[in-house]
Amino acid sequence: MNERLEVKKTYKLYIGGAFPRSESGRTYEVKGSDGQFIANACLASRKDLKDAVVAARSAQSSWASATAYNRGQILYRIAEMLEGRSEQFIKEISASDAISESKAEREVLAAIDRWVWYAGWSDKLAVLAGSTNPVSGPYYNFTIPEAMGVIGAIATEENSLLGLVDAIAPIIVSGNSCIVLASGRAPLSAMTFAEVLATSDLPHGVCNILTGSKEELAPWFASHMDINGLDISGVDEPSLVSDIKTAGAQNLKRIHSFSKVQHPKRILAFMEAKTIWHPIGV
Amino acid sequence: MTTFDYAPALESRTIVTIDPQYGHFINGSFTKGSNHFASINPSDETVLSHIALGSAQDIDTAVDAARVAYESVWSKLSGKERGKYLYRIARILQERAREFAVLESLDNGKPIRESRDVDVPLAAAHFFYHAGWADKLDYAGMGNSPRPHGVAGQIIPWNFPILMLSWKIAPALAAGNTVVLKPAETTSLTALLFAQVCQQAELPAGVVNIVTGDGSTGAALVEHPGIDKIAFTGSTEVGKAIARAIAPTKKKATLELGGKAANIVFEDAPIDETVEGIVNGIFFNQGHVCCAGSRLLLQEDVAEEVLSKLKVRMAKIRVGDPLDKNTDLGAINSSEQLLKIRDLSKSGDDEGAERWSPPCAVPEKGFWFPPTIFTGVTQAHRIAREEIFGPVLSVLTFRTPQEAIEKANNTPYGLSAGIWSEKGSRILWAAGQLKAGVIWANTFNKFDPASPFGGYKESGWGREGGRHGLTAYLKDAESNNE
Repeated sequence: MNERLEVKKTYKLYIGGAFPRSESGRTYEVKGSDGQFIANACLASRKDLKDAVVAARSAQSSWASATAYNRGQILYRIAEMLEGRSEQFIKEISASDAISESKAEREVLAAIDRWVWYAGWSDKLAVLAGSTNPVSGPYYNFTIPEAMGVIGAIATEENSLLGLVDAIAPIIVSGNSCIVLASGRAPLSAMTFAEVLATSDLPHGVCNILTGSKEELAPWFASHMDINGLDISGVDEPSLVSDIKTAGAQNLKRIHSFSKVQHPKRILAFMEAKTIWHPIGV
Repeated sequence: MTTFDYAPALESRTIVTIDPQYGHFINGSFTKGSNHFASINPSDETVLSHIALGSAQDIDTAVDAARVAYESVWSKLSGKERGKYLYRIARILQERAREFAVLESLDNGKPIRESRDVDVPLAAAHFFYHAGWADKLDYAGMGNSPRPHGVAGQIIPWNFPILMLSWKIAPALAAGNTVVLKPAETTSLTALLFAQVCQQAELPAGVVNIVTGDGSTGAALVEHPGIDKIAFTGSTEVGKAIARAIAPTKKKATLELGGKAANIVFEDAPIDETVEGIVNGIFFNQGHVCCAGSRLLLQEDVAEEVLSKLKVRMAKIRVGDPLDKNTDLGAINSSEQLLKIRDLSKSGDDEGAERWSPPCAVPEKGFWFPPTIFTGVTQAHRIAREEIFGPVLSVLTFRTPQEAIEKANNTPYGLSAGIWSEKGSRILWAAGQLKAGVIWANTFNKFDPASPFGGYKESGWGREGGRHGLTAYLKDAESNNE
C-alpha cells in the first residue's frame, strides 16, 4: 500500500486572473461515473458573476487594442501550455466525464488543435468580414469587424474541456473578454484549464470561468446590462432559451447558439461591423 | 439696404393622383380595406386620403399570400430572373421619381429638395444594387447555395418612407424571400404607390404584400406564426418589445433602432465645412433621423467660434412649405411627434440648458418647430440622453480627445458618430474608439446601398446595405438555427 497521501486540489473560480472561492461560500459535489466523490466545486452566485463582469469589462478595451498578431500569439501560447499538461487533462476528464483514456486523449488533443485553429484567425477576420465599399460619391468608405465587448457563454454539458474551449476561443480571439459558465456536471477540467490561462500571457480578466448551475445563473447572464452578447450553446431546454432571450432583450443582447463547433461564424457572431466614411478631394 | 430673398418656387403637385381611400395590397391586387383612418399632410393638416387599418385577419391573408408565392413561384425562380424583376422595379422608380418625391413630401412633410435628391434616388439605387446580388448569392460569404428564410415581415418608420421600404424589400427579394410590409401609420402613400410599381413590373402576385395600419397591425405581423424573419426600423422601445415577442420562437430579426449620435469637433477642424456638417447632421429631414448628429461635442478652444458661425448659418435655414424647392426645413411629421419635441425641449429649459433659435416665421397651419440649439447641456440632461427626433441640437464641450470619446460613448445607443478634424491619425484613432456602427469623418448623414448601416448596443441588431446587410436575409445551406 502506498503510504503517501495524495495532495488534492481545491477547485475554485477564475475571476480577474485570481482564483477566489465563491463569495456565497457554496459548493457542490462532483462525482465520477461510479458515483464516487471526486471533489467539491464552487457553486457560483449572481455576485460572482457580477464580479466577473467587472473584471471582464475592465480588461476588454486594452485586449481589443492589442495587435491581432499579439492576440494570435497569446492564443497559440494557450495551446502550448495545454499541450504541456495534456496528461493531467486526460486523467481528469476520463474520470469526470466517465470516458475511456483514449477517448479523453482525443478530446484533449482536439482542444489543443482548436486553440491553434482559432489563434490563426486573429489577423484574418478583417479580410473575411471587412470590405471597402464602392459608394456613389467622392468618399472612401470601408467596413471593419470589431470586438463587441463583454460576452457571456454557457458551455455545453458534454465534452467538458472541448466544449469550454469552443466557447472561449472564438469569443476572445477578436478582442472580446468573456465570462464562461463551465459544464455543471463535469466542471473540474475547466478550473484546471484556468491554470493554463493563468500561465499563458492572457491578460487578467479577459477570460473568467465560473462553475455552478446554469438554471440558476443563465438568467442572470441574460439580464446583466453590461454583457453585450451571449453564447447559449450549452442551453437546450426551450423554456430556458426563451427566458434568456426575453431577459436579454432589455439591452438587446446578441444571443446565439451554435451547432457547428469549429467555424468562423462563431467569432463573427460576437463582432460588430463598423463603417467609416471620409471625403476624397484635393 | 435692400436685401434679396428667395421667391417661392413651388413644385407642382399635379403629377400625383391620390385616391380618396386605399385598401391593402395583397396577392397582387388591392383589397377594399376597412376601418379607414385619415392620412394628413403635416404642412397644412389637410386630409390626403383614408388608409385602411390592417387587422390580424388582413395580416393572416397577406402572410398566406406571401407563403404561397414563396413556395410556388419565388423560391423556384432562378436568381437571374429574380434580379431582373428588381432591375425593373429600380427603373420604374427612376421613371416615376418626381411623382414619388412629390407624394413623399406631401405625406411626410420633408422638403422636396430632399425627397427629390436623396430619398427617391437612393430608393432606386437600393433596388439596382440588390438586383445584382440575386444571382450571385454563392459569393455573399455564406457558403454555397445559401437559402432565404421564407416569408419576411417588415415594419418601417415614417421618417424615410419609400427609402426604408427599399432598404427592406430589395435585399429580401434578392435573397429569395417574399415579404409582408407594414408602412408607418402616418406615411403609407408612397408604399401604396410602390404597390403599383410592383404591378407595372409584373412582379408575381404575393411576392410583395403591403398591409397598412398602426402599432396593432405591426404587432399582429410580428406575432404571426407564418413569419420567418422580422425586419424592423423604429424606436428602441418597440425594438425591445419585438425581441421579447419572438424570444420563444425561431424567428430571426434585424432591428434598426434609435440613436443619440455625437458629432465631435476637434480644435483643428475646418470650421466652415464643419458648420455645414453640423447643420446637415441635425437639421436634415427635420432631425427625424435615427443617426442624426444630435449631440454636438465641441473642443473648448473652438467652441465659441463654431457656435457663433453656427448661429449665423442657422439664421439662413428656410423653414416652410415642403413643396417649395428653396425649403431647407419642412414640417414635423405629426402632432404627436411635435408634442414630443416640445416636451423634450421644455425639459432642456427646465434642467438649465440655454435655448436658442433664429427668428423664424412658420406657417399657421401644420406642425412646425424651428431649428434649435441648446448650450450649457450636461450629460445628465434628458436632451443629452434621449432621442428627440427633431431639429434640436444639444451642445456639450470637451477639453481632451479622451474626454470626447468618453462623452460620445456615454449612451446606451451606438448607431452613428461624426468626427471633424484635419488630422488623419486623429480621425482614425477616434473612429476606432467610438462605439458606433457608422462613423462619418468630415461629413455626415451619407447613405449608400453598398455601405452597411446599423448600430452597436441598443441601436439594434444587424446591418442593412452592402454584403453585410444581404446576409441577414440568408441562412447557410446546412444550418437551420444560426
